[in-house]
Amino acid sequence: MSMRASLTKSGTGHFLMQRLTAIANLPLIVFFVWFIVAHLGASRAALMASVQNPAIAILLILSFLSILWHMRLGMQAIVEDYVHGHGAKRACLFLNTAFTAAVGVAALHAILKLSLAN
Amino acid sequence: MTETKPAPRPLSPHLQIYRPMLTMMMSITHRITGAALYFGIVLLVWWLSAAAISDAYFDLVQGFFGHWFGRLVLFGFTWALIHHSLGGIRHLIWDTGRAFNLATVEWMARANLAGSILLTILLWIAGYGAMP
Repeated sequence: MSMRASLTKSGTGHFLMQRLTAIANLPLIVFFVWFIVAHLGASRAALMASVQNPAIAILLILSFLSILWHMRLGMQAIVEDYVHGHGAKRACLFLNTAFTAAVGVAALHAILKLSLAN
Repeated sequence: MTETKPAPRPLSPHLQIYRPMLTMMMSITHRITGAALYFGIVLLVWWLSAAAISDAYFDLVQGFFGHWFGRLVLFGFTWALIHHSLGGIRHLIWDTGRAFNLATVEWMARANLAGSILLTILLWIAGYGAMP
C-alpha cells in the first residue's frame, strides 16, 4: 500500500473503487453470464436483435465499464506487488491503462455498432 | 575502536517456506483467477466484435467456441469468473470487519471452492443444451 500511495498517490481511492466496482460487478456479471449462455448457439442476426434492445446494450456497456475499471485496479495492485524498479513499474502501469482502455473502446465500438445498426 | 559490521539480518520467509493451507491457496487463486480474467475478457470482446464485423467472421469465432479447445477455454473462464466472484464476496464480508474467526474463515474458503466448482458445472449443464 505504501508504494501504491507514493507512486499514484491514491491509496484510499484505489481501495474504495476496488470495492465499489466489485459490488457493482456482482449483479452485472449475473447479467453478463446470462447473456452469453442465452446466445451460445445464436445466429449473428439473433445476437444483433438482442443488442438492439436498449436495456441490453446499456447493461452490456455498464458491465464492461465496471469490470474494466475493477480489472485495471486489480492489475495495478499486482504490478505494484511484483514489479520492482521505478521505470519498469511506471511502464507496466501505463500498459495496464492502455490495455484496459483498448479493450473498453473495442467493446463499446462493437456494442454501439450492433445496437445502432439498421 | 572496533569495526562494526552489519549483522546478517533475518529474511522474511517467502511463500514456499510455509506448509500450503487452504486459505493461503485460495488467496493465491483469487489473484491468479483475477489475472486470467483480465486477459480472458478479450475473448468476449472478440466475440462481440466479430458479430459487429460480418457473418463470415462471426461464424469463424462461433466455430472457435464450438470447438473442444474453445469450449475448454470457456469452461476455465467460467470457473475463474465464478471463483473470483465468490472470493470477492468473502472479501466484501471481511471488509465489514466480520467473519474473521478461524472456523468461519476455513468454512468460507471451502464453500468458495466447492461453490465455484458446483456452480460452474450447473451452469454448463444448463447452457450445454443451447450449444450447437
